[in-house]
Amino acid sequence: MKYLDEFSNPDLARRLVDQIHAVTTRPWAMMEVCGGQTHSIIRHGIDQLLPDGVEMIHGPGCPVCVTPLEIIDKALAIAAQPGVIFCSFGDMLRVPGSSQDLFGIKSAGGDVRVVYSPLDALKIARENPDRQVVFFGIGFETTAPANAMTVYQARRLGVRNFSLLVSHVLVPPAIAAIMESPRCRVQAFLAAGHVCSVMGTAEYPPLAEKYQVPIVVTGFEPLDILEGIRRTLVQLESGRHELENAYPRAVRDEGNVAAMAMLRDVFEVTDRTWRGIGMIPGSGWRLSERYRDFDAEHRFEVAGLHTEESPLCRSGEVLQGLLKPNECAAFGKQCTPRNPLGATMVSSEGACAAYYAYRRLDLVQIS
Amino acid sequence: MCLAVPGRVLSITEVDGTSMAQVDFGGVSKDVCLEYVPDVTVGEYVIVHVGFAIQRLDESSAQETLANFERLGILEEEFGDGLTRAAEQAGGDR
Amino acid sequence: MTAGLDFENWTCPVPLRDTPTIVMGHGGGGAMSGELVEHLFLPGYGAAGAAAEPGRYELGDCAVVPAGDTRIAFSTDSFVVKPMFFPGGSIGDLAVNGTVNDLAMAGATPLYLSAAFILQEGTAMADLGRIAGAMGAAARAAGVRLVTGDTKVVDNGSGDGVYVNTSGVGIVPDGVHIGPGRAAAGDAVLISGDIGVHGVAVMSCREGLEFGTTVSSDTAPLHGLVAAMLATGADLHVLRDPTRGGVAASLNEIARTARVGVDLVERDLPIPPEVSDACSLLGLDPLQVANEGKLLAFVPAERVDEVLAAMRAHPYGSGARRIGTCVTEHPGMVVARTALGGTRVVNMPIGEQLPRIC
Repeated sequence: MKYLDEFSNPDLARRLVDQIHAVTTRPWAMMEVCGGQTHSIIRHGIDQLLPDGVEMIHGPGCPVCVTPLEIIDKALAIAAQPGVIFCSFGDMLRVPGSSQDLFGIKSAGGDVRVVYSPLDALKIARENPDRQVVFFGIGFETTAPANAMTVYQARRLGVRNFSLLVSHVLVPPAIAAIMESPRCRVQAFLAAGHVCSVMGTAEYPPLAEKYQVPIVVTGFEPLDILEGIRRTLVQLESGRHELENAYPRAVRDEGNVAAMAMLRDVFEVTDRTWRGIGMIPGSGWRLSERYRDFDAEHRFEVAGLHTEESPLCRSGEVLQGLLKPNECAAFGKQCTPRNPLGATMVSSEGACAAYYAYRRLDLVQIS
Repeated sequence: MCLAVPGRVLSITEVDGTSMAQVDFGGVSKDVCLEYVPDVTVGEYVIVHVGFAIQRLDESSAQETLANFERLGILEEEFGDGLTRAAEQAGGDR
Repeated sequence: MTAGLDFENWTCPVPLRDTPTIVMGHGGGGAMSGELVEHLFLPGYGAAGAAAEPGRYELGDCAVVPAGDTRIAFSTDSFVVKPMFFPGGSIGDLAVNGTVNDLAMAGATPLYLSAAFILQEGTAMADLGRIAGAMGAAARAAGVRLVTGDTKVVDNGSGDGVYVNTSGVGIVPDGVHIGPGRAAAGDAVLISGDIGVHGVAVMSCREGLEFGTTVSSDTAPLHGLVAAMLATGADLHVLRDPTRGGVAASLNEIARTARVGVDLVERDLPIPPEVSDACSLLGLDPLQVANEGKLLAFVPAERVDEVLAAMRAHPYGSGARRIGTCVTEHPGMVVARTALGGTRVVNMPIGEQLPRIC
């Protein structure tokens, strides 16, 4: 794929790795915010190439992992209702709720369908006028414009049998919450490239200043990640703490103006509970008043659900970068990708799943 | 989050009043919504996430980034020890 | 729970996972499918089941059983693919080639197939006619005969169009002993050509995921290729067609059965650009995508060149190459060296492969 494959070039990667080694004089700990970056780091073995003292702390940038348990249980309750066609991104199908996942609902007779785009769900709604079609609108700021446009079209085209179950989460409040955490060891951030493609970079300089941390907007391919790490290390070594854009081909400071206008119309800020972490004020989006009639939480009776997390699951500490997956007692035993206790083991970029998939070898060799 | 890939706009149409494009990702093509990149023209590249173009891909910027990576380390090769010594002096002990 | 199953006699300490019903993942060809066999079917069959040791069941593509002076290879496979017609073929092609290949992976010459249909009421006659024609053409091309069959119809609303089961028998030549248990450290791991092709072709027309592609299914009968490989006189240890679950599932199964490790070199994997692009778009791993006209081979290292030459001389092996080595380290695990020089574990796929947004 053009403008993708070139950014995996092993020779250029080697040069970046050499530069990283040349510039690093002492230990540093930085956090990559985005789950896609975690996935890429571990899948390509990038962390194995870094100097010994440079530590990548995996951030909570996996919407699958942090979607609140209550919302998962609501999704399951809605999907189980007769006449409902429940549409979702593939990522969410195996995330465990209090007692089961969407696959379990499908097995019990629910009509659960995987789609690539929320527009596919809208199409299904138009093709099935006698059914209620619900789309599970999860994601960070990157995915919110797609969900927004879909509900905007639903309203415009009068597709009344369509609704959205919304659980969007926002990156800047998460960064602030991580830095406010008393056990925080993070000294710099690789900001999420595609979130910034949408939102621009304006929210980050105040965070860099307040918490005295370099923030480097970083892409997802191996060269992009190595460059993000390199620039971060250069800042750390020289005592700077600024915003830098290491992904200029896809990110401009002003972001995507059209998308941001739609987001302002369709969503409003709300407090959001991040699964495993807790409530972060002003860290989520829900449908605005104008779109309340397309909100699945209002259309369906889903109050009074009893939600309960597995007592063994320590996803929250993993998500905050306080615990490595293999330090959790349940890792690889009660909790595996096959039988996950928490969302971090399900999502292809949940740190636990990434560790299980790509790091078991180190664990075998150590033992 | 955010699996998004770059693709080239092959053709642009309107479906139900929405700007849509056929986008080519190498061997694969997909219908993509262009509402968020209204100025994009056929032949340009866009970054696509869940069926939506979320940003134009700046081709010259991409090429410049790659050229920068190519240049990395070349200065050291050309100027040899001088640069390495300077780096060591600047960075303290490794 | 289901009556008639005696849970007291399950020998494996790891219990069946606590799903009370079957879920889609059980049919994915990955770990869940394996568990269903190991923890439900084999214990249910008891002494009448596979002759392998309890707790260590044979994960081969087919059974090789004695019959008088010869050995018969016997295999069965069911085809539930949606959509039924896709670029490069149909459920009919898969139904014939799939069972032909299962037999071929035991080194057998496939001879006779059965074909049983479960049809949803309302299925179009024209569609069924096309499928039957495709099966006939595939059987002729493969040199096998369809000698017996069965047809059942289920209510409109049960089932999903057309389900086909084919079973097949063939004769295993004397001296040929091919099976996953024979994988040995030092063996070269070969693939007969490009991977991920079939899965991408089918996905490209699946509802909710449709995308345009030039990729066509690689469905093909492989017994001719196997015969050419056997003709070199090399002692082939393992043959496997990496269908559902892809190369990742097949190599993990073999590694686990033979208790060996497998080292792959990512740079050597033949992944065509169209497959790579489709996987990038949907967030899939090409190693987990199904193939229907390819085989993996574990071959003693000293015979690699001859075997590869024989494969490349055959129309279905022209893209053959070495992709890895069987090792004593990390038994049961498949590890890949990434293009950047790092390592990553190639996991057993869990259930169905799903596109992701993250």
